[in-house]
Amino acid sequence: MTVLKTENISIQFGGLMAVSGLNLDIKEGELVGLIGPNGAGKTTIFNMLTGVYKPTNGRIMIKDRKDEVQDIRKLHPYQITALGMARTFQNIRLFKDLTVLDNVRIANHLNVEYNTLDAVLRLPKYYQEEERIEEQSMELLKIFNIEAKSGELAKNLPYGEQRKLEIVRALATKPHILLLDEPAAGMNPQETQELMDLIEYIKERFALTILLIEHDMKLVMGICQRIYVLDYGRTIARGTPAEIANNPLVIKAYLGKEMENDA
Amino acid sequence: MSKKKTTVVSGFVVAIVLLLLNVLVALRIIDEYTSQVLTIAGINVIIALGLNLISGFTGQLALGHAGFMAVGAYTTAALMMKLNIHVFPAIIGGALMAAIFGFLIGLPTLRLRGDYLAIVTLGFGEIIRVVMINLPDLTGGPAGLKGIPTYTTNFFWRPVVSFALVYFVLAFVVVLLSNLLRSSHGKAIISIREDEIAANAMGINVFYYKIFSFTVSAFIGGLGGALYAPFFGYLSPNMFNFQKSVEFLIIVVLGGMGNLTGTVLAGIGLTYLQEVLRFLKDYRLVIYPLILIVVMIFQPSGIMGLFGNREFSLATLINKLNSERPTQEKSSDKAGEVQ
Repeated sequence: MTVLKTENISIQFGGLMAVSGLNLDIKEGELVGLIGPNGAGKTTIFNMLTGVYKPTNGRIMIKDRKDEVQDIRKLHPYQITALGMARTFQNIRLFKDLTVLDNVRIANHLNVEYNTLDAVLRLPKYYQEEERIEEQSMELLKIFNIEAKSGELAKNLPYGEQRKLEIVRALATKPHILLLDEPAAGMNPQETQELMDLIEYIKERFALTILLIEHDMKLVMGICQRIYVLDYGRTIARGTPAEIANNPLVIKAYLGKEMENDA
Repeated sequence: MSKKKTTVVSGFVVAIVLLLLNVLVALRIIDEYTSQVLTIAGINVIIALGLNLISGFTGQLALGHAGFMAVGAYTTAALMMKLNIHVFPAIIGGALMAAIFGFLIGLPTLRLRGDYLAIVTLGFGEIIRVVMINLPDLTGGPAGLKGIPTYTTNFFWRPVVSFALVYFVLAFVVVLLSNLLRSSHGKAIISIREDEIAANAMGINVFYYKIFSFTVSAFIGGLGGALYAPFFGYLSPNMFNFQKSVEFLIIVVLGGMGNLTGTVLAGIGLTYLQEVLRFLKDYRLVIYPLILIVVMIFQPSGIMGLFGNREFSLATLINKLNSERPTQEKSSDKAGEVQ
């Protein structure tokens, strides 16, 4: 069953066609990778999927929490998150001056079931809900093993843990589709390995469909079931990790001309 | 102690301190001059708290809170003088009118990211002032509006009633704001300041919360003005010039952007300073900007930045005194108006 589908989406910035004619088709429970050289348009795709940019043409359909198909091309980012698709950011965008716990609590916003009046008058509902949210937030932090730092400011976390907190925050919105933008950037091989295990764990535990952008080939080849390869805004290949690794077009995009022709 | 219990105890402490201050004013232990300065300080703090909500917590710079103050003050005066409405509903009416103005200004400008709100509110403040000058029937024009009914004509009770009312409202505003800002809705507002794009991606309707915050901010600004009209009994358009808006901003910056305790302390301190420096005549106008410059260079996070930008919290204090259990940092109430 398809949960995320793009039909021929393109986006143009002035004279630059950043992405053209992209057709993604991602099935429920899949873990799909999106790779390509720098500037290929990967993050631009994420920005279109999450409503930050509006595609110049084409359609984006997702299956929402109630299994209904929605065209999300005209929706705002917060509406798309409400339908069940969450993301992380390549250039970490945590709420730096707030605590780790507050970062996660804020992401619980969609599940808050008291209104402003309950809050300012401190009605019983406020206490119940806040307690529930805090518990759930701590539980998520525990999965990523950063619960001990819940009281620290987000900006004081080491880089790798900031990346983890980005994922925790996205999970707190209770998505069924998760978009990860370079989750392993800046991590050492051991941290990357740990992250791979975590991604597979949360995928099972929260029944997620994951689309991820990554430059770390070990991670991509290690956990992705399918891969899309982009170059200059075009999809140049798609397939399983093994197919992609041997695809001449992909090798050319990454390494330049093929060896045979070079001679 | 449970969170709820601490809240109740905090409420009692605030009530008792307020009552005590009022007794001191009534017995003239706090003399009339001081109580009057403190009343003005209270009004300044209320308006600065409103400004802090939009500029300090939501991260949207606003430069026209003297305008909202004027709307609140003139509306209250007009309701009392033209329609003979009682002072309390007139005050609410003044604050509501300011909120309506805030909503209408926010609607087109808050959709945009960036400093558009600063530019538009700057213009709004000036427009209001010019309109007030040119509506003599309603506002008395440039000569000002005289003879606004005061809270009471009784010579003995006058300072007590003004003081009590202003500080009651101030306590109310502080409690409501700190309750709001500690809740998930408040955290949503703060997340807009931290990173608008990320907040949006976390499912927060950024535009809604900006409008909400700005309307509440304008309401509180109007409330300050509304309290001012029957306290002073006289209004003139030039009381609400750009400089007045900047005064509120200086209070917020000096106290610390996004810190309620700081605004209360800085508001009372600066209003007092202005009185102390009266002997400098016009030169005292130099002092305010000078303070701003010095603060921006040496302590950009304001007074409360020195204390890790924490809020003064009665609940924390009570928990500490009641140290049978380890203290819980974040719980319930706060009362910064206790000097």
